[in-house]
Amino acid sequence: MVFVSIALVLPLAAWRPSLGGEAVRLLGENILMVLGILPPVFILLGLFDVWIPRERVAPHMDESSGAKGTALSVLLGACSAGPLYIAFPVAEVMLRKGTSLRNIFVFIGAWSTMRIPMILFEIQNLGFVFGLSRYFVSLIGILLMAYLLDRMLPLSEKGGIMDRFREE
Amino acid sequence: MTWFLYITAGAFLAASALSSREKTKRALFKAWKSFVNIVPAFFSVLLLVSFSIAFLPERVIASLIGDESGFTGQILASVLGSLTLIPGFIAFPMAKMLLENGAGIAQMAVFVSTLMMVGVMTAPLEASFFGWKATILRNGMAYFYSFIVGYAVWTAVTL
Repeated sequence: MVFVSIALVLPLAAWRPSLGGEAVRLLGENILMVLGILPPVFILLGLFDVWIPRERVAPHMDESSGAKGTALSVLLGACSAGPLYIAFPVAEVMLRKGTSLRNIFVFIGAWSTMRIPMILFEIQNLGFVFGLSRYFVSLIGILLMAYLLDRMLPLSEKGGIMDRFREE
Repeated sequence: MTWFLYITAGAFLAASALSSREKTKRALFKAWKSFVNIVPAFFSVLLLVSFSIAFLPERVIASLIGDESGFTGQILASVLGSLTLIPGFIAFPMAKMLLENGAGIAQMAVFVSTLMMVGVMTAPLEASFFGWKATILRNGMAYFYSFIVGYAVWTAVTL
């Protein structure tokens, strides 16, 4: 995957070296920023993984928790901080602790579209009506999509995902 | 925010180390393993993102979907939103500027929605967690749903 992406950008850099240089500079900045965030996040996740047993989490978030688990997933996603790529490791730990796949999709959906600090900023820039309407339509959307994803993924695929993250 | 993260992590790490060195070692090992696993995908994403930001400055984006109206503009907006990974702090002021310069409400809503929900750039990372089927399905649905979002927001704002 790394090679594919490098192969994709090399022609761009050759075409416009000055922009390519700018991109590399941005890359350096971004890498530093990400490296700044990752260690504490992973440490916290590691600690959570080791200290909080499955029995504590699963009853609230697994298949049987129904609407309550889904609501909790929405809340967790909405109260999150950090870019979307942080969501994936967090989701992994949640999966290992028994969260149902559907709730994971809801969580990720909420993380990407419904974060509280972002909605405030969005309203500030684009207006109250814009922000709120997008917020609520997105909420319906992520619930719908999580449900559909859950239904549409073949069992083999879902099994594959769960196996990858089974509690050790 | 970064300071807060480090302090929190440090505090919990200290507490953990005091309670159980064994568990703490395991936690750190897991953290390291996850980190190492994720680095290649992260690098790919950052590489693509940096290049897209450098090669698609605001002016270019504005000229593509700024004054465009109608469905074509929405399609363009959605493609742009799907491809890029601009942080919200840049995207929202940019969308505001575009709106002030004549972009349509629906186009901007589609742009913002795809920006948040669809990630062609983050697909490799997502696929490493959920597999390609799930990634393509989720992004595909989010892409089409964004048009519904665009219509809904447009309706709400223009009423």
